[in-house]
Amino acid sequence: MRTFEYRTPETIDEAISLLKEAGGSARPLAGGTDLVVQMKERATRFPYPETIVSLDRVAELRTIDFSDSDGLRIGSGATMSDVATHPAIQERYTALAEGAGVVGSLQTMNMATIGGNVCNAAPSADSAPPLLVYEAEAVIAGPNGRRSLPIAELFRGPGETALESGELLAELRLPVPPAGTGAVYERNTPRKQMDIAVVGVGVSLTLSGDTIGRARVALGAVAPTPRRAQAAEAALEGQPANDETFAKAAEAAATDDCSPITDIRASAEYRRHLVKVMTARLLAQAANRAKGTS
Amino acid sequence: MPRQLITLTVNGREREVAVEPHWTLLETVRDALQLTGPKEGCGTGDCGACTMVVDGRIVTSCLMLAPQANGRDVTTIEGLQSNGSLDPVQQAFIDAGGLQCGFCIPGMIVAARNLLNDNPSPTLDQIREGLAGNLCRCTGYTKIFEAVELAAERIRGSA
Ligand SMILES: Cc1cc2nc3c(=O)[nH]c(=O)nc-3n(C[C@H](O)[C@H](O)[C@H](O)COP(=O)(O)OP(=O)(O)OC[C@H]3O[C@@H](n4cnc5c(N)ncnc54)[C@H](O)[C@@H]3O)c2cc1C
Ligand code: FES
Ligand code: FES
Repeated sequence: MRTFEYRTPETIDEAISLLKEAGGSARPLAGGTDLVVQMKERATRFPYPETIVSLDRVAELRTIDFSDSDGLRIGSGATMSDVATHPAIQERYTALAEGAGVVGSLQTMNMATIGGNVCNAAPSADSAPPLLVYEAEAVIAGPNGRRSLPIAELFRGPGETALESGELLAELRLPVPPAGTGAVYERNTPRKQMDIAVVGVGVSLTLSGDTIGRARVALGAVAPTPRRAQAAEAALEGQPANDETFAKAAEAAATDDCSPITDIRASAEYRRHLVKVMTARLLAQAANRAKGTS
Repeated sequence: MPRQLITLTVNGREREVAVEPHWTLLETVRDALQLTGPKEGCGTGDCGACTMVVDGRIVTSCLMLAPQANGRDVTTIEGLQSNGSLDPVQQAFIDAGGLQCGFCIPGMIVAARNLLNDNPSPTLDQIREGLAGNLCRCTGYTKIFEAVELAAERIRGSA
């Protein structure tokens, strides 16, 4: 690795001013499981950083709180281990606990942060479909104060986000899922662990009786960004929660909601096939979970 | 770039090291502190040969920058023995023949010890999952899992 200047702010404000001072050649560092690998391999999508602003001492970025009134607030510096084992997340945001719980090995999860996963913006990022189905808001801190953006608008392309240079992702806010909601995330990988998603699918269903009130479906690794599957959602809402509905929605997801590519992991055709099979299966599973909570 | 001083506790002993910011924790421990148990297999977080415990959690030290370890408590394979007697996990790997070339073993044993600290009676699946971040190109893993089961039994027996 080529060397760089290393700064350790202790607050978000200090981090923002260090980034500003260093200009475009500075880069924030969280767990380093993407950035350090990319720097070692000279494969950053941006010029090699001259200054690294490490966020590991910014305590306010690390916290996770949940309340019935405000929902879930996850600091961008919370690790995948923190997220996957948090009691409120395990209980109420099952799909997110599942997404965070498959990121690499235990070693990876102990270092990797949710903010790094989002900001690295891989189409296959495992926290992304869960964050999309829970309609997370990204709170962004920058030299001009704070702004917030729906997570769907944060992803702009492979490795690209709506963050301006000098801005930080401060936290993610997730509203409380309505009563009667069941959600699940699963990915397909040839190996069980330590692999990147061929396809990732997150779904969340809110049932009233046997009717689907609200449906959220999100797909990973089948488009330039992780994305919501609106055609599938439209095929679900207002319909009875049964296999026939799930099959129609899965068909819609595979036909209208994705634009997969062929790469070393899988062909585009196989990815579409997976979207269909996985979406139908996960919808049934989410419906079962919803019935358990209603 | 001027070196910067970091202070960290390694295997119970406080150490001060002048590091360059781009050194990894692995390079710092191996090259500056001469603790060569932890190995560099891949350098990219995939193989686990560099596994260490930092503030109670296992990490791949090839991806942690040296200054990120400033003020932290680090345990390497060298820190598992106490007063010259091997940790039960180390002894079990020897007794069960859980190794061949040995390159993966310092990381494997640190990860296995961490697993047994969290869960003294793991099932075979839990052992597989707990060690999923540690690759071994020699053993085929069977003897490694047997060694971890043997270690678990002995630790439970002595508790
Ligand atoms: C062995 C291995 C296995 C992996 N397996 C998976 C997997 O299964 N699924 C998966 O999704 N990913 C996986 N990854 C990728 C990686 O671990 C995750 O994307 C991780 O969440 C990145 O977080 P980090 O804290 O390490 O980010 P870093 O590497 O520190 O940063 C990533 C990027 O985000 C920027 N950044 C970080 N924090 C902020 C912030 N608060 N504000 C603005 N920008 C920020 C950095 O500048 C950098 O560009 C794996 C990586 C490794 C090494
Ligand atoms: S050398 Fe660190 S994981 Fe392979
Ligand atoms: S014993 Fe040779 S790599 Fe594991």
